[in-house]
This record gives sequence, structure tokens and C-alpha cells, in this order.
Amino acid sequence: MKAFAKRRLDSWALITIILLLLYLVFMVYPVGNLLIQSVIDKATQTFSLDSFIKFFSKPYYLSTLFNSFKVSISATLLALLVGTPLAYFFTAYRIKGAKVLRILIIIASMSAPFIGAYSWILLLGRNGVLTQLIYSISGIMPPDIYGFTGILLVFTLQLFPLIFLYASGALKNVDHSLMEASENMGCIGIKRFVKVVLPLITPSLLAGALLVFMRALADFGTPMLIGEGYRTFPVLIFNEFLSEVGGDDSFAAAIAVVAILITTAVFLVQKIIARKKSFTMNALHPMTPKELKGIKKVFVYLFSYGVVGLAVMPQCYVIYTSFINTKGMVFQSGYSLDSYISAFETLGNSIQNTILIPGISLVIIILMAVLIAYLSVRRRNAATSLLDILSMIPYIVPGTVAGIALLSAFNSGIFGSGVLAISATMSIMVVALVIRRLPYTIRSSVAILSQIPISIEEAALSLGASKMKTFFKITIPMMASGIISGAILSWVTMISELSTAILLSTYKTQTLSVATYTEVIRGNYGVAAALSTILTVLTVISLLIFMKLSKGEDLSI
Amino acid sequence: MSKIKIEKALKKYGDHTVISSLDLDIRDGELFTLLGPSGCGKTTLLRMIAGFNSIEGGDFYFNDQRINDMEPSMRNIGMVFQNYAIFPHMSVRQNVEFGLKQRKMDRKEITERADRFLKLMQIEEYADRMPENLSGGQQQRIALARALVIEPDVLLMDEPLSNLDAKLRLEMREVIRTIQKNVGITTVYVTHDQEEAMAISDTIAVMNHGVLQQIASPKEIYHRPSNVFVATFIGRVNIMDGRYDHESRILRLEGGYEMAYEAGFDSQKVLVAIRPEEFEMSQKVGGLHGVVEDAVFLGLNTHYHLRLDNGERVEVIKVSSMEESYMLGEDVYLKILSEKINLFNEDGSVNLLMSI
Repeated sequence: MKAFAKRRLDSWALITIILLLLYLVFMVYPVGNLLIQSVIDKATQTFSLDSFIKFFSKPYYLSTLFNSFKVSISATLLALLVGTPLAYFFTAYRIKGAKVLRILIIIASMSAPFIGAYSWILLLGRNGVLTQLIYSISGIMPPDIYGFTGILLVFTLQLFPLIFLYASGALKNVDHSLMEASENMGCIGIKRFVKVVLPLITPSLLAGALLVFMRALADFGTPMLIGEGYRTFPVLIFNEFLSEVGGDDSFAAAIAVVAILITTAVFLVQKIIARKKSFTMNALHPMTPKELKGIKKVFVYLFSYGVVGLAVMPQCYVIYTSFINTKGMVFQSGYSLDSYISAFETLGNSIQNTILIPGISLVIIILMAVLIAYLSVRRRNAATSLLDILSMIPYIVPGTVAGIALLSAFNSGIFGSGVLAISATMSIMVVALVIRRLPYTIRSSVAILSQIPISIEEAALSLGASKMKTFFKITIPMMASGIISGAILSWVTMISELSTAILLSTYKTQTLSVATYTEVIRGNYGVAAALSTILTVLTVISLLIFMKLSKGEDLSI
Repeated sequence: MSKIKIEKALKKYGDHTVISSLDLDIRDGELFTLLGPSGCGKTTLLRMIAGFNSIEGGDFYFNDQRINDMEPSMRNIGMVFQNYAIFPHMSVRQNVEFGLKQRKMDRKEITERADRFLKLMQIEEYADRMPENLSGGQQQRIALARALVIEPDVLLMDEPLSNLDAKLRLEMREVIRTIQKNVGITTVYVTHDQEEAMAISDTIAVMNHGVLQQIASPKEIYHRPSNVFVATFIGRVNIMDGRYDHESRILRLEGGYEMAYEAGFDSQKVLVAIRPEEFEMSQKVGGLHGVVEDAVFLGLNTHYHLRLDNGERVEVIKVSSMEESYMLGEDVYLKILSEKINLFNEDGSVNLLMSI
């Protein structure tokens, strides 16, 4: 047994301890702190459940919960209804321009949701271009875009690409012979899709659906802009936490705890269902796209181009308006770069921040993800299992909640000691991004590492390389390509992040997405459009680099 | 070069004991094979020698040096893996040179040594290629060159041929055998393929359920298996119940067959192990009667499956010839070549011929 103990205390043990400490300080402590806050009466400093009682007894608060659920579930279902057939069409049929459409779908999914919301207001809002157009043609006012309908529209168009990507990935693994076997037994067309294809890709659809639901539930910008009277959960949390008058930390904390409980429940339910339905597939011969004819062709083309068109329309319209002369919320006639000029005047450090903060975060994320993936795949023990579990917690903490937790935890340092009082600095934004994005990168790193046979590392060890040398010379280079493409996707989601940034940033540390949101709220539509265009350009460039590097490999979000 | 000594080796996974109190001596320079069905613990034992599995008890020595607590990288072993474990991001040459670079040799010597082994394994023409486009046999050669170039004390091979097709397997078997003899390196070879083990080994250790059943030369293992497990695992064998009577020097088989047999042990019930080629079969009446149920023609030999009068099925091998063949349903008679057969005690754990 002595030999055993000796072996474990190597450099990896040290790394495990450091990582556990980091999680303890930057995640367990803030979330725990939030939990405690929610059950402590601020005035008397004693245990009390008043905040929870207040929440559950007032229909006003409780209704936000129902609102969030209603809109998130509806959005998930709609996203499934749009994303799944689209993925099937793209896999089963030859569609002209499919490559470009695919890129557009990805771009649509990568932009910040609130920009979509803002753009739909411009298009279909009370004074929207389309509203006016429809009214002048038909004399009928189109239905109101604000509230439930608007949020649902934005969420669906924003999130169906996730379903599309998951379903496409799964369809790639459906062997063509399965389709032929089914046809051979007389099951074709829609019947085959429902009876054979759908069950095969259900596990992936469930995984995609969970992601869509979580994002919809946690999104703050969209309901804030387009929701008007339709208040959702994140909006409530944000308002309760930030409102100067009557702002109640304990109450906000209680709502946050309720939010975490709900997401945990959803997460677990999905896991249980997914486990029952899971199986592995590997296609020797993937489906080959077939040529379409007649009415079917018309329908498939209309659907594919229609959906993608709708998805990218808000982006395009925002870009278009950024070149129009604007005064406040009113677009004037004529085109100029004035919006960009004033955008650059108001920008401050936004662009630098948008590159610097996600950049630093990315480096930390990659480093930690690779280490954690290695520990949990190759060195399984009690400590690394704990690390594995801890690293998954951020999945279930909505962005707004994470923001609040970090703010109240580090406002005056750890436990109010002044140590690590980083609440108004760039560091806290880096911490927030790292925590929120890390689980995704860990998951993809684990997937990559699991595919590398352990014997390759053992070969290096037997040839005389030390453990660290094996890790850096053999393991890392073999993981590199997968990690890099994953990293670019992380980067793209981080540069358009809003829900935590809006809570944590100050004027000095504000990012492009925060600046855009602020300008929208202030009614400077021209500047907002210009800023958002800059953000879109950054996103598109990053995605193009990704596609160049990954050579058409699968996207994993 | 080294000899390997293992004393009272113990391997546990949690509370589950896989190997308990195993002793083993491997001579300097021999090709030693661990042979057994999957899950018998042979790969586990090999990985304990390599240092990739923890050792829960006992002592492992290379010569006189105890290696239990030594890091795998310090044991100076060459290892060849089932899936070759070629580094996919390095060229063939870089793969072969990897171990030498860890030993901080100077550049010139590294190149010279790598060249020598690339040539020896006949892969020098691929030296600057990336391994992904090479065939299984070529990858196996790289793996072997990479393991041998560091001049290890011990070469460990974990089912190195199981991923190759039948023809390549035979070819690589020869290559491994020749190289091992040329270099003269102590080699531990793991396989579940008994034919491969016979062809390649100086010594075979047959393992089952974590216990060594027999350690001997291939010839001895085939002709004098130490128990019924070894007899049935190596080659084909018919096991029949019987009784040996020491007074009358007669061996009686269950089916009523009797034959004179001289042995140095007391009268007792025995298990008689007869290999298919240890029968003499003819149409002449006399001996053990059976009916031909099935015949498989394999070129050199024909395998016959007979049904005996007591309902037992036996397998008999005869060298094929154009003239002689037996029809299905034909009556045949068997004689047993008594000097070749083996007798085991009633539970099959001891070969009675070896215990004297």
C-alpha cells in the first residue's frame, strides 16, 4: 500500500488541489453565500424564510416564474419543430446553397439574443418598418410584437440553430443502410422519418432541447427589451437586485435560489430521460443527399430558405440601419457613417474590453479545461470526481444569478475581509466568463481525450518520458485541433455575452454587448446599430477562422 | 538484459482479487509467453511488470533490482501495445527516436541508432512519413523498432498481432521471433492464441482465473499438460471417464473399451485425455465402436466426429488421402495409442503421469 500512496502524490495531485481551491473560492463560496443570504433576515441577522414566503405568496412574483416557464417551453418546442425538419432536409436532400445556409444558421445562433429583440422591434414594433408596410398595403395592423409573442419569436429564431446543429450531428451517424432497410420493408417518406429517423436522433434532440430551454430560461436581454409587461424571472432578479429603492438583496438571493433549484430539476429530468433513450451509433455509410422533384422540392426550398431568411433578417436589418442617418430613435433620410463616428466617440474601452476580457478568460478556460478533462478521464479518484461534479454546476446557474452571486460575494472581499475585493474590476468579469463557459469546454475536451487510447501515453512513459513530459509532448498535441475549434466557439459566445456582463461591468470595463444594450435603452438607435454591427463583424470573422481550422468538422456548442 | 523474478504477486481491484500469490521466473533472453483466455489476468500481470498497474503485494525484480516502486519511465522496458500506440502527430522517424531523446543522447547517436532499427524492421523508406497512412503491419514494425531502439532490459508485448489479418499475423510472427533471437532480449509476450504461443515461445505459462496452470516448453505443454484445463485450452482433446486398475495393469474406458496400461499409481477413477490424432481408426472390427456423424475436410487432415455406443461424441483426425475416406453413418472402430495419452485424477486437477 505504501507504493500506492507514493504514486498518487505527484504533480497531478498538486494540480487537483489547486483546481479544487479555485472552485471553492470562485464558485462554491459565491453560490453558498447566495444561499445563506436568501435565508438570513438582513435586519435581525437571524434565520428566516421570509424572502421565500414573500416570493411564493405574491402572485406578482410567482407569475414571472410561470411566464418564464411558458415562454421557455414554447420556445423549446418551436425550436424543435423548426430545427429538426431543417436538419433532416439538409441531410437527406440536395439543396442548392446548403453550405451558405449552414454558415448563416450558425451566425444567427451566435449573435446576442437582445440584438435580435431590438431588431424585431425595429421591424415589427409599433413604428416598425414591416408594421407600417403591412398597414399601408392591407390597412390592417399586424398583431402586437411585444410581450409573449415577441419573446417567443426571438427565442425560436435565435435558438433553433442549436437543435439544428445537434440533429445534424446525430443524422450524420445514422447509417444509410437503416434508411434502405426501412424502405425495403415499405416504410418511406414522413412515416419513415417519424418511425425510424426520429427515434434514432431523440437522444441528441433531448440534449439540444435542454440547452435551448436553459438559454431561454436564463436570457435577460430579450424579455427586458421586447417583453414590456411580460416579466420573466431573470428580469425580476435583475430588477430586485439593482433597484436602488426597495432593492432587497435577501429577496433577490431567494429568487436566485429558486431559479437554481428549477434549473437543477430540469437538468436532472433531462438526464434521466436521456439515459433511458441513449444508445451509440456510428455510421459506416452516412446518408447521401438525394435530388428532389416537384412540389416536394418547392416546399423544402421554401422552408429552408424561409427559416434561414427569417433568422438572419434582424442581423441584416441592424447592419443596414447602422448606415442610416439617425437622430435618437428616429431614422432620417440619407446614408452616412455618422453612427459609427459617434459610436467610436462613446465606445470608451469597449472594443479593447471585448477582446481582452474574453481573451484572458479563454486562456484560463483552455488551461483549466484540459487539466480537468485529463484528471477526470485519466486519473479517476475521489478528488477528481469531486472536481468533475463541481465543474458541472455552472450548467445550472443562470447568468444573471451567477452575476449576482459573484457581486455579493466579492463586493467587499471574501467574507467582507477586503481580500479579493474585485467587484468593480476586470477580474470579476473574467471569473464570471470562465465559470460560465468552462463546463462546455471541459465536456468537449473530455470527449476528445476519451478517444485517445491510453496506450499511446503509456508508450511514451515506457520509453522514458516523465508524466508531465508525456502530457505536454503527447497528450496536448493530440488534443490540440479539437481544443482550438472548441475554443473559438467559446470565444464567440463570450464576446456577445450580456446577462452577467450587465451586472458586473462598470463604465471602464464595459463590453460591446453591454454598450450596445445601453445605447438601445437610451434610445440611440444609430449608435446601437453601429456597435452591434461591429460585434457581428467580430463574430463572423471568428467563425470564419473556426471553419478554416476545423475543416468542416462538427460544431459542438 | 535481465531475468525477471516475481514473488507472491497480488493484484486487487477494490475488494476483488484478480491475482493472488503468483510466482514466476523468467530466464535471461528467453521469449516467455503468458497464454490464457480473455480475463484470465495475463494482461494485468504484464501491466504490473510494465508499471501501469499498481502492485498490491509481492515483489517484482529485474535481475536483483526490486522494481515495485519504480516509475514506468525508469524501468527501461520496451513495450509493444495491442493497438500499436503509434504517436499520430509524429513522423515514423520521430516515433522511433522518441525514447532516445528522453535519454538525452547526442543528435548523431540518435540518428544512427534510429537508422539501424528502421533498417532492421525494413521501414526506412517510410521514415519521414506520418504514420496514419501506413498499414497495420507497418505500424507494428514501427512499434517494434520504437520499443527496441532504446535497448531495453525487457521487452513486453501485449497481444501485438491480434489486430492484423491472418496472413500478416504469420509474417509478423516470424519477424518478432527472428528479431528477438537476434537481439537476445528477455521478452514477455501476452496472447490468447495458443497456436501463436506455440510457434513463438521458448516457455509458455498457461493462466486461468489469475492462477498459473503450467509453465513449460510448448512441446511439454502440448504433450504433457498439467491438468484438464491446459489439455483442453491447448489444441483439441477428447476427455473420457475411465478407471485404472493397478493390479491387472488395465485401463477401462466408460464405453467398455479396455486396454493394457502400465502406470506407477494406485487403482482409481481417472479422466483420460486423448487428442484427435491419438486414435487409430479403421473399418476392421475390434476396439471402440462408433458411427461417423460429421466429416470436415481441411486439406492435409480430415476431422471426423464420431458418436460412440454410450452416446459420447469424439473427434478424430486422420491425414487425408484420395483413396481412404469414411462416409457419414459408416461404422468405424478406434484403437488408442496408449503411449501418447494423458491421465488425470478424477477432478482433472493433476496429471497422474507427471506426479510420479
